[in-house]
Amino acid sequence: MQSTQEALDLARIQFAFTVSFHIIFPALSIGLASFIAVLEGAWLKTGKPVYKELCLFWSKVFAVAFGMGVVSGVVMSYEFGTNWGGFSSFAGPITGPLLTYEVMTAFFLEAGFLGIMLFGWNKVGRKAHFGATLMVAIGTLISTFWILASNSWMQTPQGFRIEGDHVVPVDWFAIIFNPSFPYRLTHMAIAAFIVAGLVVAATGAWHLLKGRRDPAIKKMFSMALWLLLVLTPVQAIVGDAHGINTREHQPAKIAAIEGLWDTEQGGTALNLFGIPDMEAETTKYAVSIPHLGSLILTHSWDGEIRGLKSFPKEDRPNSTVVFWSFRIMAGLGVLMIAMSAAAWMLRRRGRLYESRWFLRFTLAMGPTGFITLLAGWVTTEAGRQPWVVYGVMRTADAVSPVTAQQVGVSLLVFVIVYTLVFGTGIYYLLKLLKHGPALPGTTTRAPDMDDAGHTARRPLSAVTQSIEGA
Amino acid sequence: MDLTLAWAAIIALGVLMYVVLDGFDLGIGILFPLFPDEHDRDVMMNTVAPVWDGNETWLVLGGAGLFAAFPMLYSTVLSALYLPLVLMLVCLIFRGVSFEIRAKASRTKHLWDLAFIGGSAGATFFQGVALGAFLDGIPVADGRFSGDAFGWFTPFSMFTGAALVVTYALLGCCWLIAKTEGDLQRRFYRIVWPLTVLQLATIAVVSIWTPFQDQGIAMRWFDSPLFYRLLPVPVLVVACAWIMRRSIRSRHERRPFAMALGFVLLGFAGLVVSISPQEVLPGVSLWDAAAPRSSQLFTIVGAAVILPVIVAYTTLGYWVFRGKVRHGEHHYH
Ligand code: HDD
Ligand code: HEM
Ligand code: HEM
Repeated sequence: MQSTQEALDLARIQFAFTVSFHIIFPALSIGLASFIAVLEGAWLKTGKPVYKELCLFWSKVFAVAFGMGVVSGVVMSYEFGTNWGGFSSFAGPITGPLLTYEVMTAFFLEAGFLGIMLFGWNKVGRKAHFGATLMVAIGTLISTFWILASNSWMQTPQGFRIEGDHVVPVDWFAIIFNPSFPYRLTHMAIAAFIVAGLVVAATGAWHLLKGRRDPAIKKMFSMALWLLLVLTPVQAIVGDAHGINTREHQPAKIAAIEGLWDTEQGGTALNLFGIPDMEAETTKYAVSIPHLGSLILTHSWDGEIRGLKSFPKEDRPNSTVVFWSFRIMAGLGVLMIAMSAAAWMLRRRGRLYESRWFLRFTLAMGPTGFITLLAGWVTTEAGRQPWVVYGVMRTADAVSPVTAQQVGVSLLVFVIVYTLVFGTGIYYLLKLLKHGPALPGTTTRAPDMDDAGHTARRPLSAVTQSIEGA
Repeated sequence: MDLTLAWAAIIALGVLMYVVLDGFDLGIGILFPLFPDEHDRDVMMNTVAPVWDGNETWLVLGGAGLFAAFPMLYSTVLSALYLPLVLMLVCLIFRGVSFEIRAKASRTKHLWDLAFIGGSAGATFFQGVALGAFLDGIPVADGRFSGDAFGWFTPFSMFTGAALVVTYALLGCCWLIAKTEGDLQRRFYRIVWPLTVLQLATIAVVSIWTPFQDQGIAMRWFDSPLFYRLLPVPVLVVACAWIMRRSIRSRHERRPFAMALGFVLLGFAGLVVSISPQEVLPGVSLWDAAAPRSSQLFTIVGAAVILPVIVAYTTLGYWVFRGKVRHGEHHYH
């Protein structure tokens, strides 16, 4: 028994570790793919070289992020079987087909057109190339659709019955469009755009601080900040709706997020800060605002929110973790809104590219998209515990019949390999960002970059549209 | 229609596509040590840079298809082959990332070369090991894996691992003959025949060893009408080898690849008849392991429509990048 418990804990840590690494890359590539498609479209339409330069530059960044997303994703698709054998044979009849649809409609589409998008500039015509870029961008969004359908079904399952030792799908429409899916899909897709927007803005800020003031840098900086101005408030609104939906379907998760122990009558306060203590069943050092909890989660002055004590002990998620992961997400979200608003004000005063404090602020905000994204996922996933399929299957029953040693060793291998490989990958990404887009009209190469991957040597204006190829 | 059999066929087809497509691109990594020159290596890698990701996706389809149509098989087989599969995935990480980074690195380029070689050879080896271990038989009780962590570690599985390395190296070599020219191509012509001989030897050993390994397989091979249908297989293998020899002599550029594919197809045919639908795992039939009909139906409708489209645009991709890859031609983005 003891060793199964150990194997379970290790399997959970391993899964959380690998999926957290994985999600970083797709989030960036989902956002960048659409950004690149917009840039290429603008170039086709206006013919302005600045769009082309940006398009080429961000394609290189995209290629690295995508490559790492693919290899870390292949691990995920096998980990369901290796680590969560119990889950796969029980829920496989539903999550398996969803994953298969993702492979068929998204992964092949991305992979099939990626080659043309990255290497095909002088192999196919401009329109065909734009088509390929669009396919890749659409592929990343389709991918988001299916994987979130699968995850959301595990959060709010419906449309199935249980027969023997596994689920049997009854209504696929209900399975895919389960209650939490529309919220989670919207929230995640916007998150990916925000992640990419922050990276683009921070890259622009870095180059502006270093004194590069050519149109390409200004253009991307400005585009990213417009995007963030629109999306960050929308994300807060969607997040709020997401929370209301969660209160309805996963009340224990909301109680844990709020650090709320007793079901209060006549309006619930919001704990701004505090330390929920699972043993003592109380939230220590709580700083709270009366009625705000009800107001946010029920949109009424004295709406009722169930406290954690109304759930059996073994059904409670860990409040200490999700209380804080949620606050990290929401706090950073508010900071992002503030940043976008500041950008808007500076822009109206014509000082967007000049204000050094703002450039430094934007640079510092660069990585916060990833942190917020991970914090959000930790809230979602840890808040679902102790269930792997909410209310249907416990995580403890999901684990594979493998030994703690096996899981431990492979966890160790993953930690070492991921740190090494993705560490260097991220190092090269940063190096690329530091190098920045090509200066207009030049063909110079960065001294520290190898020539092989360089785009500046083949200005697109010189492309001869030949199909000859061979 | 029997959806279960149809799904088994789709998965078999996916695996075959994977072996053929990712086979030659893993094979390139296996051949790297024989070609130390940096520029030669650039050319070799550039022949697959635009397509490797699509090739690897067939592996994901195989995994996901198994998960969807045979969740019980997916969970037992993957639990049983835990370590070799994890190691295979780790190798694929090294290799996949080196595609992106090797071209951008300068000081550490040789390290990424090593990652590419080790990743390609290792991923191939562990795929072969997983296959061998599966043929060895996976112990199950109550629908769950009941063996131990190192059950897969047998002389037979080690041999199938090595055999697959040879197969992929041969595929890679023949692919490179078709995609290169001049001196580099001449050097591929020089190693293709020794690789073919090795391939023939591994085919012979695996064919003799497999029936000894497993009673059931021996029965299927020798005591059934299948025997007569299998008879042409060795003949065809020899025929392929003969054509291979002639096309190397006459410096034919594409035919060696076709013959290498021939070996793969024949080997695959042998494999498919070795696996009995009545007993995919000890005491478990294909139908016992199948997902509910509603799962299989939902997924097969999509597969019927989408897979042909995938094949079409994959072909388009290969067509766009047809022809020779030359030294100094970096068609990298
Ligand atoms: C850049 C990313 C980002 C930003 C700025 C925000 N979120 Fe978020 N949030 C995510 C990224 C994210 C996420 C990582 O994408 C999650 C995890 C699962 C999901 O669907 O979205 C998430 C989950 C998530 C959940 C959990 C729902 C559940 O699983 O039951 C809630 C309640 C919120 N968010 C609410 C908010 C609010 C009120 C925000 C604004 C202040 C906010 N989020 C900003
Ligand atoms: C445990 C769950 C997950 C599994 C099993 C999984 C599986 C995979 C696999 C196998 C790939 C590589 C595909 C290829 O070969 O091209 C991949 C890439 C991708 N995944 Fe995941 N994934 C998971 C979680 C997620 C999540 C949560 C998202 C986002 C919402 C996501 C979005 C993507 C996208 C957009 C790609 C392609 C782009 C890229 O690789 O950067 N995945 N995933
Ligand atoms: C959409 C695809 C995803 C699926 C299908 C999925 C599924 C799972 C599964 C099966 C587990 C293990 C059982 C469990 O402990 O609940 C798990 C745990 C976990 N996942 Fe996810 N996950 C997905 C995305 C993510 C992402 C993107 C993150 C990013 C941070 C994440 C973070 C975690 C964490 C932190 C745990 C451990 C929770 C705990 O054990 O307390 N998940 N998830």
